[in-house]
Amino acid sequence: MTTWSTGEPHVPSDRSTAAIDVQQLHKYFGSNEVLKGIDFHVGVGEVVCVIGPSGSGKSTLLRCVNMLETPTSGKIFVEGDEITDPDADVDKLRSRIGMVFQSFNLFPHMTVLRNLCIAQQRVKGRSKSESVEIARANLAKVGLSEKEDAYPAHLSGGQSQRVAIARALSMEPDMMLFDEPTSALDPELVGDVLQVMKDLASEGMTMMVVTHEMGFAREVGNKLVFMDGGVILEEGVPAEVLANPQHERTQGFLSKVL
Amino acid sequence: MALSKRKRAAYLRYAQYALIVLVVAVIAFAADWASLRDSFFKPDLVREQFPDILKTALKNTIIYTACGFVFGLLLGLVLALMRLSSIGPWRWLSTAIIELFRGLPALVVFLALGPGFSRAFPDYEIPGGGLGVATLALGLVGGAYMAETIRAGIQAVPKGQMEAARSLGMSHSRAMISIVIPQAFRIILPPLTNELILLTKDSSLIYILGLSLDEYDLTKWGREGMNSAANLTPIIVVGLCYLLITVPLSIVVRRMEAKSERAR
Repeated sequence: MTTWSTGEPHVPSDRSTAAIDVQQLHKYFGSNEVLKGIDFHVGVGEVVCVIGPSGSGKSTLLRCVNMLETPTSGKIFVEGDEITDPDADVDKLRSRIGMVFQSFNLFPHMTVLRNLCIAQQRVKGRSKSESVEIARANLAKVGLSEKEDAYPAHLSGGQSQRVAIARALSMEPDMMLFDEPTSALDPELVGDVLQVMKDLASEGMTMMVVTHEMGFAREVGNKLVFMDGGVILEEGVPAEVLANPQHERTQGFLSKVL
Repeated sequence: MALSKRKRAAYLRYAQYALIVLVVAVIAFAADWASLRDSFFKPDLVREQFPDILKTALKNTIIYTACGFVFGLLLGLVLALMRLSSIGPWRWLSTAIIELFRGLPALVVFLALGPGFSRAFPDYEIPGGGLGVATLALGLVGGAYMAETIRAGIQAVPKGQMEAARSLGMSHSRAMISIVIPQAFRIILPPLTNELILLTKDSSLIYILGLSLDEYDLTKWGREGMNSAANLTPIIVVGLCYLLITVPLSIVVRRMEAKSERAR
Protein backbone atom coordinates (compact mmCIF):
# COMPACT_ATOMS: atom_id res chain seq x y z
CA MET A 1 0.00 0.00 0.00
CA THR A 2 1.31 3.38 -0.91
CA THR A 3 0.35 6.34 1.19
CA TRP A 4 1.72 9.12 -0.95
CA SER A 5 -1.29 9.25 -3.18
CA THR A 6 -4.04 10.17 -0.76
CA GLY A 7 -2.09 13.35 -0.30
CA GLU A 8 -1.82 16.92 -1.31
CA PRO A 9 -4.81 18.82 -2.63
CA HIS A 10 -4.44 19.69 -6.26
CA VAL A 11 -3.08 23.14 -6.99
CA PRO A 12 -4.41 24.34 -10.35
CA SER A 13 -1.53 25.10 -12.63
CA ASP A 14 -1.57 27.47 -15.56
CA ARG A 15 -2.24 26.20 -19.08
CA SER A 16 1.38 25.84 -20.12
CA THR A 17 2.02 23.17 -17.50
CA ALA A 18 -1.35 21.46 -17.88
CA ALA A 19 -1.27 18.05 -19.52
CA ILE A 20 -4.94 18.24 -20.45
CA ASP A 21 -7.03 21.39 -20.37
CA VAL A 22 -10.67 21.18 -21.47
CA GLN A 23 -12.63 24.41 -21.81
CA GLN A 24 -16.40 24.75 -22.24
CA LEU A 25 -16.69 21.42 -24.04
CA HIS A 26 -20.04 20.60 -25.61
CA LYS A 27 -20.76 17.39 -27.48
CA TYR A 28 -23.97 16.44 -29.22
CA PHE A 29 -24.85 13.06 -30.69
CA GLY A 30 -27.58 14.16 -33.05
CA SER A 31 -29.88 16.28 -30.92
CA ASN A 32 -28.75 14.59 -27.71
CA GLU A 33 -26.36 16.76 -25.70
CA VAL A 34 -24.03 14.38 -23.86
CA LEU A 35 -21.51 16.96 -22.66
CA LYS A 36 -22.91 20.25 -21.46
CA GLY A 37 -20.05 22.67 -21.10
CA ILE A 38 -17.27 20.76 -19.38
CA ASP A 39 -14.26 22.51 -17.86
CA PHE A 40 -11.69 19.95 -16.92
CA HIS A 41 -8.03 19.93 -16.09
CA VAL A 42 -5.27 17.37 -15.60
CA GLY A 43 -1.90 18.61 -14.39
CA VAL A 44 1.40 17.04 -15.42
CA GLY A 45 2.01 13.94 -13.31
CA GLU A 46 -1.51 13.91 -11.94
CA VAL A 47 -3.80 10.91 -11.78
CA VAL A 48 -7.39 12.05 -12.30
CA CYS A 49 -10.18 9.52 -11.95
CA VAL A 50 -13.58 10.19 -13.52
CA ILE A 51 -16.57 8.37 -12.07
CA GLY A 52 -20.28 8.53 -12.67
CA PRO A 53 -23.27 6.47 -13.74
CA SER A 54 -23.36 5.08 -17.27
CA GLY A 55 -24.54 7.65 -19.77
CA SER A 56 -23.05 10.46 -17.72
CA GLY A 57 -20.68 11.39 -20.56
CA LYS A 58 -17.44 10.37 -18.83
CA SER A 59 -16.24 8.10 -21.65
CA THR A 60 -17.22 10.69 -24.25
CA LEU A 61 -15.16 13.29 -22.37
CA LEU A 62 -12.15 10.97 -22.38
CA ARG A 63 -12.59 10.15 -26.06
CA CYS A 64 -12.78 13.84 -26.91
CA VAL A 65 -9.35 14.42 -25.36
CA ASN A 66 -7.66 12.52 -28.20
CA MET A 67 -10.33 13.44 -30.73
CA LEU A 68 -11.79 9.96 -31.19
CA GLU A 69 -14.97 11.98 -30.76
CA THR A 70 -15.04 15.41 -32.36
CA PRO A 71 -16.33 18.02 -29.91
CA THR A 72 -19.30 20.07 -31.07
CA SER A 73 -17.82 23.17 -29.46
CA GLY A 74 -15.21 24.10 -26.90
CA LYS A 75 -11.45 23.80 -26.80
CA ILE A 76 -9.08 21.08 -25.66
CA PHE A 77 -5.40 21.72 -25.07
CA VAL A 78 -2.88 18.90 -24.78
CA GLU A 79 0.37 20.13 -23.21
CA GLY A 80 -0.54 23.60 -24.40
CA ASP A 81 -1.27 22.55 -28.01
CA GLU A 82 -4.88 22.92 -29.09
CA ILE A 83 -5.94 19.52 -30.45
CA THR A 84 -9.36 20.93 -31.39
CA ASP A 85 -7.71 23.48 -33.69
CA PRO A 86 -8.75 22.59 -37.28
CA ASP A 87 -5.12 23.01 -38.34
CA ALA A 88 -3.69 20.81 -35.58
CA ASP A 89 -1.75 17.70 -36.57
CA VAL A 90 -4.07 15.37 -34.68
CA ASP A 91 -2.13 12.21 -35.58
CA LYS A 92 1.05 13.68 -34.16
CA LEU A 93 -0.65 14.88 -30.97
CA ARG A 94 -2.30 11.49 -30.53
CA SER A 95 1.05 9.73 -30.60
CA ARG A 96 1.82 11.63 -27.37
CA ILE A 97 -1.38 10.37 -25.75
CA GLY A 98 -1.62 6.68 -24.93
CA MET A 99 -5.08 5.17 -24.77
CA VAL A 100 -6.39 1.98 -23.20
CA PHE A 101 -9.87 0.72 -24.12
CA GLN A 102 -12.41 -1.26 -22.18
CA SER A 103 -12.41 -3.93 -24.92
CA PHE A 104 -8.58 -3.99 -25.31
CA ASN A 105 -8.69 -3.61 -29.12
CA LEU A 106 -5.48 -5.55 -29.67
CA PHE A 107 -4.79 -6.29 -33.32
CA PRO A 108 -5.84 -9.95 -33.62
CA HIS A 109 -3.87 -10.68 -36.79
CA MET A 110 -0.53 -9.83 -35.18
CA THR A 111 1.56 -11.36 -32.44
CA VAL A 112 1.86 -9.52 -29.15
CA LEU A 113 5.32 -8.25 -30.10
CA ARG A 114 4.08 -7.00 -33.49
CA ASN A 115 1.15 -5.29 -31.72
CA LEU A 116 3.70 -3.33 -29.73
CA CYS A 117 6.00 -2.58 -32.66
CA ILE A 118 3.76 -1.66 -35.58
CA ALA A 119 2.94 1.91 -34.56
CA GLN A 120 6.50 2.54 -33.36
CA GLN A 121 7.75 1.68 -36.83
CA ARG A 122 4.94 3.17 -38.92
CA VAL A 123 4.33 6.33 -36.89
CA LYS A 124 7.62 7.06 -35.13
CA GLY A 125 9.80 5.61 -37.87
CA ARG A 126 11.80 3.53 -35.44
CA SER A 127 13.95 0.70 -36.75
CA LYS A 128 12.89 -2.88 -36.22
CA SER A 129 15.57 -3.58 -33.63
CA GLU A 130 14.90 -0.37 -31.71
CA SER A 131 11.15 -0.95 -31.64
CA VAL A 132 11.56 -4.58 -30.55
CA GLU A 133 13.85 -3.48 -27.74
CA ILE A 134 11.34 -0.91 -26.47
CA ALA A 135 8.48 -3.39 -26.88
CA ARG A 136 10.28 -6.07 -24.88
CA ALA A 137 11.04 -3.59 -22.09
CA ASN A 138 7.36 -2.67 -21.85
CA LEU A 139 6.23 -6.30 -21.97
CA ALA A 140 8.57 -7.01 -19.09
CA LYS A 141 7.09 -4.07 -17.23
CA VAL A 142 3.58 -5.57 -17.41
CA GLY A 143 4.96 -9.01 -16.58
CA LEU A 144 4.22 -10.70 -19.91
CA SER A 145 7.64 -11.20 -21.50
CA GLU A 146 6.89 -14.85 -22.17
CA LYS A 147 3.85 -13.93 -24.30
CA GLU A 148 5.62 -11.97 -27.05
CA ASP A 149 4.96 -14.62 -29.72
CA ALA A 150 1.36 -15.30 -28.66
CA TYR A 151 -1.64 -14.07 -30.63
CA PRO A 152 -4.25 -11.99 -28.76
CA ALA A 153 -6.85 -14.78 -29.07
CA HIS A 154 -4.70 -16.89 -26.73
CA LEU A 155 -4.51 -14.30 -23.96
CA SER A 156 -6.83 -13.93 -21.00
CA GLY A 157 -8.66 -10.66 -20.54
CA GLY A 158 -6.22 -9.47 -17.91
CA GLN A 159 -3.24 -10.36 -20.08
CA SER A 160 -4.85 -8.66 -23.08
CA GLN A 161 -5.34 -5.46 -21.15
CA ARG A 162 -1.76 -5.48 -19.86
CA VAL A 163 -0.53 -6.00 -23.44
CA ALA A 164 -2.75 -3.09 -24.50
CA ILE A 165 -1.15 -0.92 -21.82
CA ALA A 166 2.33 -2.04 -22.95
CA ARG A 167 1.36 -1.23 -26.56
CA ALA A 168 0.35 2.30 -25.58
CA LEU A 169 3.51 2.73 -23.47
CA SER A 170 5.71 1.63 -26.36
CA MET A 171 4.89 4.90 -28.10
CA GLU A 172 6.44 6.60 -25.04
CA PRO A 173 3.44 8.89 -24.51
CA ASP A 174 3.43 11.84 -22.15
CA MET A 175 0.06 10.85 -20.72
CA MET A 176 -2.32 7.91 -20.66
CA LEU A 177 -6.10 7.76 -21.05
CA PHE A 178 -7.90 4.75 -19.57
CA ASP A 179 -11.49 4.08 -20.63
CA GLU A 180 -12.93 1.68 -18.03
CA PRO A 181 -9.87 -0.56 -18.34
CA THR A 182 -11.11 -3.23 -15.94
CA SER A 183 -14.84 -3.24 -16.71
CA ALA A 184 -14.62 -6.12 -19.19
CA LEU A 185 -12.49 -8.32 -16.92
CA ASP A 186 -13.35 -11.22 -14.68
CA PRO A 187 -13.07 -10.04 -11.07
CA GLU A 188 -10.00 -12.13 -10.28
CA LEU A 189 -8.10 -10.58 -13.20
CA VAL A 190 -8.76 -6.96 -12.24
CA GLY A 191 -5.96 -6.84 -9.67
CA ASP A 192 -3.13 -7.47 -12.14
CA VAL A 193 -4.25 -4.65 -14.40
CA LEU A 194 -4.74 -2.23 -11.50
CA GLN A 195 -1.26 -3.11 -10.21
CA VAL A 196 0.26 -2.19 -13.57
CA MET A 197 -1.65 1.10 -13.47
CA LYS A 198 -0.48 1.79 -9.91
CA ASP A 199 3.12 1.17 -10.93
CA LEU A 200 2.66 3.55 -13.82
CA ALA A 201 1.21 6.22 -11.51
CA SER A 202 4.09 5.86 -9.07
CA GLU A 203 6.53 6.49 -11.95
CA GLY A 204 4.85 9.85 -12.39
CA MET A 205 2.78 9.14 -15.50
CA THR A 206 -0.02 11.62 -16.15
CA MET A 207 -3.23 9.62 -16.19
CA MET A 208 -6.91 10.22 -16.84
CA VAL A 209 -8.90 7.19 -15.76
CA VAL A 210 -12.60 6.58 -16.32
CA THR A 211 -13.34 3.83 -13.84
CA HIS A 212 -15.69 2.17 -11.42
CA GLU A 213 -12.80 1.07 -9.20
CA MET A 214 -13.33 3.33 -6.19
CA GLY A 215 -10.46 1.64 -4.34
CA PHE A 216 -8.06 2.55 -7.11
CA ALA A 217 -9.42 6.11 -7.24
CA ARG A 218 -8.96 6.55 -3.50
CA GLU A 219 -5.56 4.97 -3.33
CA VAL A 220 -3.87 6.23 -6.48
CA GLY A 221 -5.87 9.23 -7.68
CA ASN A 222 -4.86 12.82 -6.97
CA LYS A 223 -8.27 14.05 -7.99
CA LEU A 224 -11.70 12.51 -8.32
CA VAL A 225 -14.30 13.92 -10.70
CA PHE A 226 -17.94 12.92 -10.47
CA MET A 227 -20.00 13.37 -13.64
CA ASP A 228 -23.71 12.98 -14.20
CA GLY A 229 -25.96 14.08 -17.04
CA GLY A 230 -23.13 15.59 -19.05
CA VAL A 231 -21.83 17.92 -16.37
CA ILE A 232 -19.18 17.71 -13.64
CA LEU A 233 -21.10 17.79 -10.37
CA GLU A 234 -18.26 17.47 -7.94
CA GLU A 235 -14.50 17.17 -7.87
CA GLY A 236 -11.83 17.05 -5.24
CA VAL A 237 -9.39 14.90 -3.30
CA PRO A 238 -10.63 11.32 -3.78
CA ALA A 239 -10.69 10.31 -0.12
CA GLU A 240 -12.70 13.42 0.77
CA VAL A 241 -15.19 13.11 -2.08
CA LEU A 242 -15.71 9.43 -1.38
CA ALA A 243 -16.05 9.87 2.37
CA ASN A 244 -18.02 13.08 2.35
CA PRO A 245 -19.78 13.74 -0.96
CA GLN A 246 -21.38 17.20 -1.12
CA HIS A 247 -23.80 16.81 -3.99
CA GLU A 248 -26.91 14.75 -3.44
CA ARG A 249 -26.49 12.80 -6.71
CA THR A 250 -22.89 11.96 -5.78
CA GLN A 251 -24.20 10.68 -2.46
CA GLY A 252 -26.82 8.59 -4.25
CA PHE A 253 -24.31 7.15 -6.71
CA LEU A 254 -21.69 6.35 -4.08
CA SER A 255 -24.22 4.74 -1.77
CA LYS A 256 -25.00 2.30 -4.58
CA VAL A 257 -21.46 1.41 -5.61
CA LEU A 258 -19.53 1.45 -2.34
CA MET B 1 -50.92 -50.28 -37.26
CA ALA B 2 -49.68 -48.66 -34.11
CA LEU B 3 -46.20 -47.73 -35.17
CA SER B 4 -44.17 -45.64 -32.79
CA LYS B 5 -42.93 -42.32 -34.09
CA ARG B 6 -39.36 -43.55 -34.14
CA LYS B 7 -40.26 -46.73 -36.03
CA ARG B 8 -42.21 -44.78 -38.61
CA ALA B 9 -39.22 -42.50 -39.20
CA ALA B 10 -36.98 -45.55 -39.63
CA TYR B 11 -39.30 -47.14 -42.22
CA LEU B 12 -39.52 -43.86 -44.07
CA ARG B 13 -35.74 -43.77 -44.22
CA TYR B 14 -35.53 -47.34 -45.55
CA ALA B 15 -38.11 -46.47 -48.21
CA GLN B 16 -35.90 -43.65 -49.41
CA TYR B 17 -32.82 -45.87 -49.58
CA ALA B 18 -34.84 -48.42 -51.56
CA LEU B 19 -36.00 -45.74 -53.99
CA ILE B 20 -32.43 -44.60 -54.64
CA VAL B 21 -31.24 -48.16 -55.22
CA LEU B 22 -34.13 -48.77 -57.58
CA VAL B 23 -33.38 -45.66 -59.68
CA VAL B 24 -29.70 -46.56 -59.94
CA ALA B 25 -30.55 -50.13 -60.92
CA VAL B 26 -33.00 -49.03 -63.63
CA ILE B 27 -30.45 -46.66 -65.09
CA ALA B 28 -27.72 -49.29 -64.97
CA PHE B 29 -29.83 -51.90 -66.75
CA ALA B 30 -31.71 -49.70 -69.16
CA ALA B 31 -28.76 -47.66 -70.40
CA ASP B 32 -26.91 -48.72 -73.49
CA TRP B 33 -23.44 -48.48 -71.98
CA ALA B 34 -21.55 -49.27 -75.15
CA SER B 35 -23.16 -46.48 -77.13
CA LEU B 36 -22.91 -44.09 -74.19
CA ARG B 37 -19.22 -44.78 -73.92
CA ASP B 38 -18.76 -44.31 -77.66
CA SER B 39 -20.41 -40.92 -77.74
CA PHE B 40 -19.21 -39.55 -74.39
CA PHE B 41 -16.07 -41.35 -73.37
CA LYS B 42 -14.24 -42.90 -76.30
CA PRO B 43 -10.93 -44.13 -74.87
CA ASP B 44 -8.81 -43.30 -77.93
CA LEU B 45 -10.33 -39.80 -78.10
CA VAL B 46 -9.61 -39.32 -74.42
CA ARG B 47 -6.02 -40.38 -74.96
CA GLU B 48 -5.72 -38.05 -77.93
CA GLN B 49 -6.46 -34.99 -75.76
CA PHE B 50 -3.39 -35.44 -73.63
CA PRO B 51 -1.00 -33.87 -73.00
CA ASP B 52 -1.87 -30.87 -75.18
CA ILE B 53 -5.12 -30.10 -73.36
CA LEU B 54 -3.13 -29.59 -70.17
CA LYS B 55 -0.23 -27.76 -71.76
CA THR B 56 -2.40 -25.34 -73.75
CA ALA B 57 -6.06 -25.22 -72.78
CA LEU B 58 -5.89 -25.83 -69.02
CA LYS B 59 -2.85 -23.56 -68.73
CA ASN B 60 -4.58 -20.77 -70.69
CA THR B 61 -7.77 -21.04 -68.64
CA ILE B 62 -5.73 -20.71 -65.44
CA ILE B 63 -3.79 -17.75 -66.83
CA TYR B 64 -6.93 -15.89 -68.03
CA THR B 65 -8.65 -16.53 -64.72
CA ALA B 66 -5.65 -15.58 -62.59
CA CYS B 67 -5.05 -12.32 -64.47
CA GLY B 68 -8.75 -11.44 -64.38
CA PHE B 69 -8.94 -12.25 -60.67
CA VAL B 70 -5.88 -10.19 -59.71
CA PHE B 71 -7.09 -7.20 -61.72
CA GLY B 72 -10.60 -7.69 -60.32
CA LEU B 73 -9.29 -7.84 -56.77
CA LEU B 74 -7.37 -4.58 -57.14
CA LEU B 75 -10.32 -2.94 -58.87
CA GLY B 76 -12.68 -4.29 -56.21
CA LEU B 77 -10.50 -2.90 -53.43
CA VAL B 78 -10.38 0.53 -55.07
CA LEU B 79 -14.16 0.49 -55.68
CA ALA B 80 -14.80 -0.61 -52.09
CA LEU B 81 -12.65 2.20 -50.67
CA MET B 82 -14.37 4.68 -53.00
CA ARG B 83 -17.71 3.35 -51.80
CA LEU B 84 -16.69 4.00 -48.18
CA SER B 85 -15.21 7.42 -48.96
CA SER B 86 -16.56 10.53 -47.31
CA ILE B 87 -16.38 12.27 -50.71
CA GLY B 88 -19.75 11.97 -52.43
CA PRO B 89 -18.66 11.81 -56.09
CA TRP B 90 -16.34 8.86 -55.35
CA ARG B 91 -19.24 6.98 -53.80
CA TRP B 92 -21.54 7.74 -56.74
CA LEU B 93 -18.95 6.79 -59.35
CA SER B 94 -18.15 3.54 -57.58
CA THR B 95 -21.83 2.66 -57.14
CA ALA B 96 -22.42 3.29 -60.85
CA ILE B 97 -19.50 1.09 -61.92
CA ILE B 98 -20.50 -1.69 -59.52
CA GLU B 99 -24.14 -1.68 -60.62
CA LEU B 100 -23.18 -1.57 -64.30
CA PHE B 101 -20.82 -4.52 -64.30
CA ARG B 102 -22.80 -6.56 -61.80
CA GLY B 103 -25.90 -6.11 -63.86
CA LEU B 104 -24.46 -6.93 -67.29
CA PRO B 105 -23.99 -10.55 -68.38
CA ALA B 106 -20.29 -11.39 -68.61
CA LEU B 107 -20.81 -12.30 -72.26
CA VAL B 108 -21.98 -8.75 -73.02
CA VAL B 109 -18.86 -7.34 -71.36
CA PHE B 110 -16.66 -9.66 -73.44
CA LEU B 111 -18.52 -8.62 -76.61
CA ALA B 112 -18.19 -4.94 -75.78
CA LEU B 113 -14.46 -5.14 -75.02
CA GLY B 114 -13.62 -7.55 -77.87
CA PRO B 115 -15.45 -7.04 -81.15
CA GLY B 116 -17.27 -3.97 -79.83
CA PHE B 117 -14.11 -2.09 -78.89
CA SER B 118 -12.26 -2.80 -82.12
CA ARG B 119 -15.27 -1.63 -84.15
CA ALA B 120 -15.77 1.51 -82.07
CA PHE B 121 -12.09 2.45 -81.97
CA PRO B 122 -10.50 0.92 -85.07
CA ASP B 123 -7.24 2.81 -84.50
CA TYR B 124 -6.73 1.45 -80.99
CA GLU B 125 -6.51 -1.99 -79.54
CA ILE B 126 -6.57 -3.32 -76.01
CA PRO B 127 -2.97 -4.27 -75.15
CA GLY B 128 -2.22 -7.93 -74.56
CA GLY B 129 -4.50 -9.37 -77.23
CA GLY B 130 -6.86 -12.08 -76.03
CA LEU B 131 -5.26 -12.13 -72.59
CA GLY B 132 -5.64 -8.36 -72.29
CA VAL B 133 -9.35 -8.44 -73.16
CA ALA B 134 -9.95 -11.43 -70.87
CA THR B 135 -8.15 -9.73 -67.98
CA LEU B 136 -10.13 -6.54 -68.45
CA ALA B 137 -13.52 -8.22 -68.93
CA LEU B 138 -13.16 -10.78 -66.14
CA GLY B 139 -11.62 -8.11 -63.90
CA LEU B 140 -14.51 -5.70 -64.43
CA VAL B 141 -17.16 -8.34 -63.82
CA GLY B 142 -15.33 -9.94 -60.89
CA GLY B 143 -14.24 -6.59 -59.46
CA ALA B 144 -17.82 -5.33 -59.33
CA TYR B 145 -18.84 -8.36 -57.26
CA MET B 146 -15.71 -8.35 -55.10
CA ALA B 147 -16.09 -4.61 -54.35
CA GLU B 148 -19.27 -5.31 -52.39
CA THR B 149 -17.66 -8.27 -50.64
CA ILE B 150 -14.60 -6.24 -49.68
CA ARG B 151 -16.75 -3.33 -48.49
CA ALA B 152 -18.72 -5.70 -46.28
CA GLY B 153 -15.46 -7.17 -44.97
CA ILE B 154 -14.04 -3.76 -44.09
CA GLN B 155 -17.26 -2.84 -42.30
CA ALA B 156 -17.18 -6.15 -40.42
CA VAL B 157 -13.87 -5.25 -38.73
CA PRO B 158 -14.78 -3.91 -35.26
CA LYS B 159 -14.70 -0.12 -34.98
CA GLY B 160 -12.33 -0.41 -32.02
CA GLN B 161 -9.56 -1.60 -34.33
CA MET B 162 -9.55 1.68 -36.24
CA GLU B 163 -9.83 3.62 -32.97
CA ALA B 164 -6.90 1.75 -31.41
CA ALA B 165 -4.78 2.37 -34.50
CA ARG B 166 -5.70 6.06 -34.59
CA SER B 167 -5.05 6.40 -30.85
CA LEU B 168 -1.49 5.18 -31.51
CA GLY B 169 -1.04 8.07 -33.95
CA MET B 170 -1.63 6.23 -37.23
CA SER B 171 -3.28 8.19 -40.01
CA HIS B 172 -6.58 6.94 -41.40
CA SER B 173 -4.96 5.44 -44.50
CA ARG B 174 -2.10 3.89 -42.52
CA ALA B 175 -4.60 2.27 -40.16
CA MET B 176 -6.59 1.00 -43.15
CA ILE B 177 -3.52 -0.56 -44.76
CA SER B 178 -1.89 -2.06 -41.67
CA ILE B 179 -4.84 -2.89 -39.44
CA VAL B 180 -8.27 -2.90 -41.09
CA ILE B 181 -7.76 -4.29 -44.61
CA PRO B 182 -5.66 -7.33 -43.54
CA GLN B 183 -8.40 -8.30 -41.09
CA ALA B 184 -11.13 -7.65 -43.67
CA PHE B 185 -9.44 -10.03 -46.12
CA ARG B 186 -9.35 -12.77 -43.53
CA ILE B 187 -13.08 -12.40 -43.07
CA ILE B 188 -13.85 -12.48 -46.79
CA LEU B 189 -11.41 -15.17 -47.93
CA PRO B 190 -14.18 -17.78 -48.44
CA PRO B 191 -16.44 -15.55 -50.61
CA LEU B 192 -13.38 -14.35 -52.56
CA THR B 193 -12.44 -17.93 -53.34
CA ASN B 194 -16.00 -18.53 -54.50
CA GLU B 195 -15.59 -15.57 -56.83
CA LEU B 196 -12.43 -17.19 -58.19
CA ILE B 197 -14.44 -20.33 -58.99
CA LEU B 198 -17.08 -18.25 -60.79
CA LEU B 199 -14.40 -16.43 -62.79
CA THR B 200 -12.82 -19.74 -63.78
CA LYS B 201 -16.09 -20.64 -65.46
CA ASP B 202 -16.69 -17.17 -66.90
CA SER B 203 -13.26 -17.33 -68.55
CA SER B 204 -14.86 -19.73 -71.07
CA LEU B 205 -16.54 -16.70 -72.65
CA ILE B 206 -13.24 -15.79 -74.24
CA TYR B 207 -14.27 -18.10 -77.12
CA ILE B 208 -16.09 -15.18 -78.79
CA LEU B 209 -12.81 -13.34 -79.40
CA GLY B 210 -11.51 -15.50 -82.23
CA LEU B 211 -8.36 -16.99 -80.79
CA SER B 212 -5.34 -18.64 -82.34
CA LEU B 213 -4.74 -22.28 -81.47
CA ASP B 214 -2.20 -21.59 -78.75
CA GLU B 215 -4.62 -19.12 -77.11
CA TYR B 216 -7.43 -21.69 -76.76
CA ASP B 217 -8.97 -22.02 -73.32
CA LEU B 218 -10.62 -25.23 -72.15
CA THR B 219 -14.09 -24.56 -73.55
CA LYS B 220 -12.87 -23.43 -76.96
CA TRP B 221 -10.56 -26.43 -77.05
CA GLY B 222 -13.44 -28.76 -76.26
CA ARG B 223 -15.78 -27.25 -78.86
CA GLU B 224 -13.17 -27.54 -81.59
CA GLY B 225 -12.38 -31.11 -80.57
CA MET B 226 -16.05 -31.98 -80.44
CA ASN B 227 -16.65 -30.60 -83.92
CA SER B 228 -13.67 -32.29 -85.54
CA ALA B 229 -14.27 -35.68 -83.90
CA ALA B 230 -18.08 -35.51 -84.19
CA ASN B 231 -18.12 -36.89 -80.68
CA LEU B 232 -18.81 -35.51 -77.20
CA THR B 233 -15.74 -37.03 -75.57
CA PRO B 234 -13.52 -33.90 -75.81
CA ILE B 235 -16.11 -31.77 -74.03
CA ILE B 236 -16.37 -34.35 -71.25
CA VAL B 237 -12.61 -34.25 -70.77
CA VAL B 238 -12.78 -30.46 -70.72
CA GLY B 239 -15.50 -30.65 -68.05
CA LEU B 240 -13.27 -32.85 -65.93
CA CYS B 241 -10.43 -30.34 -66.35
CA TYR B 242 -12.69 -27.56 -65.00
CA LEU B 243 -13.54 -29.74 -62.02
CA LEU B 244 -9.81 -30.28 -61.53
CA ILE B 245 -9.54 -26.52 -60.86
CA THR B 246 -12.81 -25.82 -59.07
CA VAL B 247 -13.25 -28.82 -56.76
CA PRO B 248 -9.96 -28.25 -54.88
CA LEU B 249 -10.91 -24.57 -54.53
CA SER B 250 -14.31 -25.58 -53.11
CA ILE B 251 -12.60 -27.86 -50.62
CA VAL B 252 -10.30 -25.02 -49.58
CA VAL B 253 -13.32 -22.74 -49.07
CA ARG B 254 -15.11 -25.33 -46.95
CA ARG B 255 -12.01 -25.84 -44.83
CA MET B 256 -11.64 -22.10 -44.29
CA GLU B 257 -15.29 -21.77 -43.34
CA ALA B 258 -15.02 -24.63 -40.87
CA LYS B 259 -11.90 -23.06 -39.41
CA SER B 260 -13.45 -19.63 -38.97
CA GLU B 261 -16.49 -21.33 -37.42
CA ARG B 262 -14.22 -22.95 -34.85
CA ALA B 263 -12.39 -19.72 -34.15
CA ARG B 264 -15.66 -18.06 -33.20
